[in-house]
Amino acid sequence: MSSTTAAVNARELLGVGALTNASLTRWLHGLPGVDHVGADGRAAGLTTRSIKTTSKAWAINTAITMIDLTTLEGADTEPKVRSLCAKAMAPDPGDPATPQVAAVCIYADMVPVAVDALKSSNIHIAAVTSAFPSGRATMAVKLTDTRDALRAGAHEIDMVIDRGAFLSGRYLQVFNEIAAIKQACAHEGTHGAAAHLKVILETGELATYDNVRRASWLAMLAGADFIKTSTGKVSPAATLPVTLIMLEAVRDWRGLTGAQVGVKPAGGIRTTKDAMKYLVMVNEVAGEDWLDPARFRFGASGLLNDLLLQRQKLATGHYSGADYVTID
Amino acid sequence: MAKFEYAPAPESRAIVTIRPSYGLFIGGEFVQSTDGSRFKTINPSSEEVLAEVTEAGEADVDAAVRAARKAFDGPWGRLLGAERGKYLFRIARILAERAREFAVLETLDNGKPIKESRDVDIPLAAAHFFYHAGWADKLEHAGLSGGSGQPPKPLGVVGQIIPWNFPLLMLSWKIAPALATGNTVVLKPAETTPLSALLFAEVCQQADLPAGVVNIITGAGETGRHLIEHPGVDKVAFTGSTQVGKAIARSIAGTRKRATLELGGKAANIVFDDAPIDEAVEGIVNGIFFNQGHVCCAGSRLLVQENVAADVIMRLKRRLQTLRVGDPLDKNTDVGAINSAAQLARIRELTQVGESEGATRWSAPCTLPERGFWFAPTIFTEVSQSHRIAQEEIFGPVLSVLTFRTPQEAVAKANNTPFGLSAGIWTEKGSRILWMADHLRAGVVWANTFNRFDPTSPFGGYKESGYGREGGRHGLQAYVMTGATR
Repeated sequence: MSSTTAAVNARELLGVGALTNASLTRWLHGLPGVDHVGADGRAAGLTTRSIKTTSKAWAINTAITMIDLTTLEGADTEPKVRSLCAKAMAPDPGDPATPQVAAVCIYADMVPVAVDALKSSNIHIAAVTSAFPSGRATMAVKLTDTRDALRAGAHEIDMVIDRGAFLSGRYLQVFNEIAAIKQACAHEGTHGAAAHLKVILETGELATYDNVRRASWLAMLAGADFIKTSTGKVSPAATLPVTLIMLEAVRDWRGLTGAQVGVKPAGGIRTTKDAMKYLVMVNEVAGEDWLDPARFRFGASGLLNDLLLQRQKLATGHYSGADYVTID
Repeated sequence: MAKFEYAPAPESRAIVTIRPSYGLFIGGEFVQSTDGSRFKTINPSSEEVLAEVTEAGEADVDAAVRAARKAFDGPWGRLLGAERGKYLFRIARILAERAREFAVLETLDNGKPIKESRDVDIPLAAAHFFYHAGWADKLEHAGLSGGSGQPPKPLGVVGQIIPWNFPLLMLSWKIAPALATGNTVVLKPAETTPLSALLFAEVCQQADLPAGVVNIITGAGETGRHLIEHPGVDKVAFTGSTQVGKAIARSIAGTRKRATLELGGKAANIVFDDAPIDEAVEGIVNGIFFNQGHVCCAGSRLLVQENVAADVIMRLKRRLQTLRVGDPLDKNTDVGAINSAAQLARIRELTQVGESEGATRWSAPCTLPERGFWFAPTIFTEVSQSHRIAQEEIFGPVLSVLTFRTPQEAVAKANNTPFGLSAGIWTEKGSRILWMADHLRAGVVWANTFNRFDPTSPFGGYKESGYGREGGRHGLQAYVMTGATR
């Protein structure tokens, strides 16, 4: 029987003596269903909000502060990661008043580079671990992957769940993996405070909205600090309806337990317009307590430059172009 | 102050030109009244006067009916269906091209949010014309000709009276099938919302519709009475209150006039314990707060299963706090103004009744503008079937919440009303949807959705919600002599 903190809390929440796959299944399958058409409709309705002038300026600045600036390529090298970190610290060299991003998101073996590059800033380092993106490896490998990242100095861990296990109904296995990695985050970090854990559901592979809801609740039960939509390596990545369901989940989780879990849509969010649609959704579904980088992040790379272009347009009155924003 | 305030995002009024005064549209032209008078139409969100319009008198109504008869006996009556279809397509195209103009005008005259006129009213109105344009040359396949293989005969001159809640949309539901089947029309828009009908008259001119095929006569109850009573009218089509519907039925009894009536409702929106709860809450909100609750098929009674009632009501109240009530021309407004002082008085009166009957009232906290007619979205809980607010149509943003224990009880309560226009069912269990739909006495049943309309889908009620259907093949029936051909 698992003795992680998560397991103890879960037994109490479910009201069971032993946390078994059967009890988890009953609990997860007892959650209200999601009507697919209705969820799509609600998400679409929220996109009709017209965000202009002062609210647009606020939204752009806020979105910048919520970005996990990302490079997750096999071809990543030290200079590439340094370049990303420089961009993170000074997104727009032409305007030093531009806010900084929340974090950089990189592979675990690049963490030492980022630690050095970001040492004069408060920008966090998020490392993807647990055999990202597929999650197909032994638990021992996933834990070692995570510990390496933590020891190297990562502030945040973005792990992936085992989708094969989830889809075949082995919820307890998924739970135990998350709980174990959460435990590592609590004890093996190098920054004093526990590293925060984002759990990537890979919603594109989960396919149904009911699965997204169940996976969200399972991750939160197991100790996730953030639930994240996607690795960005599978299509579809983040969508508005999927994020809607995750925002409903964190809202209701706080109602049930008092704990506030964050949400991170990642992949496919390219424009300022997209970002503002997400912020509207956060505002109207979960509430303004989530309108903070501590509770909401965008996993993105190209989005930052579009935000900067729109920011420049609001400031100067005209639209500049790709030559006036830097590549990372 | 909220973290994320939405700055004002007003739609511009510049696109629409409102004339200071309007005559009557008779015989293809705007003409002055002979025996009528004038009245003003206002913007209910600000009480600003928009224009002066004519109240058609008895002689005016007679002129309009004569013009319609002349057109029916003349050029329109001789046209092939395919040619009629071309006019309808042209009208549909012009509505689509002038959509923004119509949406702004509708919002100004009616008080509904621009988001709704733009995304619902105007697109559906154009869709109705497109759809019926397609029927004009295929009527022999509508199953209404007694097997002759010929198109059925039209009735002649139709008198149509429409309400103020969806002015242009109700106009399209009336005029499109009438024209597609070969009739000619005299239509009276509601007295508080004449402007989109008058702009539609300009569209008829723009489409070169033959003179007299469509006639628009503005006015109030007296004008409507003259139209209904006119001996030259072959058929009457009315959408409005049950009370007036009954008066019309009495008036035409014993005459050759046929009628279709689309009247009031007190629809039950039924939420079971296995409903998709978040989407059900959206459906409840849409059901009663869309168009400020000025909807005949509004889900004005929430029937929620007892074991989930507290949770659903909590979520509903939380959701209502993100509804934005305010300037209808602001693109972020969800709930607009009440259409008139009279309607606001009625809503206030019945809400007061609800409180004195012992139901518990809760209203969404919101700041209502000073000028104009406004009512905050309101919920009554602990309502019983014997409360007036469970029986009478309030026609405003007021929801009455009742509970039930079993599907049988839900059906009994849902059907326990003189009305029978619509109903909603929320459950993930397909077999229950089918069982409920079989047992509900409502002309329109929505499953896991609400307020969905389509020109192909026949709309109409049982019992005191009226008779006849609008839309689809069934909707054509009212405008032809079934079994008789040319």
